[in-house]
Amino acid sequence: MAGFRAATPDQAAFLAELVDAGKLIATRVPGIYGRSGAFEDVATAVAALVTAAAAPETPERMAFPPVLPRHDLESVGYLKSFPHLAGSIFGFDGGEADAAEQYERASRHHPWDEHQAMTDLVLTPAACYPVYPAIAARGPLPAGGITVDAGSAYVFRHEPSGDPARMQMFHQREIVRIGEPEVVASWRDTWRDRAVELLGSLQLAVSLDLATDPFFGRSGRMLAASQREQALKFEVVVDIAGPEPTAVASFNYHQDHFASVYGIELADGSEAHTACLGFGLERITLALFRTHGLDASAWPAAVRERLW
Amino acid sequence: MTDDIRQLIKEFGRLPVDVDTLATDADLYQAGMSSHASVNLMLAIEDHFDVEFPDRMLTRGVFESIDAIAAALTELGVQVPA
Repeated sequence: MAGFRAATPDQAAFLAELVDAGKLIATRVPGIYGRSGAFEDVATAVAALVTAAAAPETPERMAFPPVLPRHDLESVGYLKSFPHLAGSIFGFDGGEADAAEQYERASRHHPWDEHQAMTDLVLTPAACYPVYPAIAARGPLPAGGITVDAGSAYVFRHEPSGDPARMQMFHQREIVRIGEPEVVASWRDTWRDRAVELLGSLQLAVSLDLATDPFFGRSGRMLAASQREQALKFEVVVDIAGPEPTAVASFNYHQDHFASVYGIELADGSEAHTACLGFGLERITLALFRTHGLDASAWPAAVRERLW
Repeated sequence: MTDDIRQLIKEFGRLPVDVDTLATDADLYQAGMSSHASVNLMLAIEDHFDVEFPDRMLTRGVFESIDAIAAALTELGVQVPA
């Protein structure tokens, strides 16, 4: 399997525990799991906490399906920065004989990609991606910019792993800020601190780290160094399954990257800046199960009160 | 060497200013070079001078000015034409 990252003993043991307890439902593919009702109850409650924390900003709500126009992925340079993580949707393109051949090969579980062609869709890699073209299409921003609550969409990263905290498809609870550079930067910083408090209130032993995106290759090393030097990305991390702590939320200042791609302008015609924050709902849920145990009814009262 | 570097910055740096007017110690990022453009510039420089920057040189600082790039190339053994 291309790029499969094997689980550490601790990760494998935690995954087995989650599956045995019926929290996660295993499929044939690592990183793709069904979620039980008990798991969903926690993830939904965490998402609601984020919604409540964002409410004073009265964000505009948007929700998008977990697929993105291929053109948008191409425009933002995703295939340059993260070619290894992208998931592209192909569809059948052939005649009846081709279909018969495809079916025959597929029935034997042999490769059947010969009569497949790219569609104009890819899997959404980050929940905020559809927001930028949607905002750009409206023309210049109102004074003060805009805050968009992008909901909790499924996103995809092609990185099969035996670590239950490294899913290939998972929910990002994202909020996006678009506006003047200084407004956007300070919004990112405010949320960074708010998130530490919010996750700390669930009695998770979180800490804040300067972080980089998993950019691809040698160019990627330079992009990561540049991102770190400019302190553009922060993550809240917590121990889930060893050896390293796992990022459960990230706070990203894109400067003019998305605004320049789509031409998002401030009220005065100058270029906007953007930032986004994402809470990984499955990872936070896993951190709660790991920290407080698999039976949510036995969690500390203060944690339960915060969630329910 | 600086003329070649300046030419590559023109082609790959996507600067909103006239590259010919930049001093050799001018900050290219201040002049508007994006991180993505700096990566393209890095690859173009490697190609042009037939060198490979080691990981420790894949930083923002190394590509910050014409002088900084020239210093890195000199360190990698690129000869300055007499």
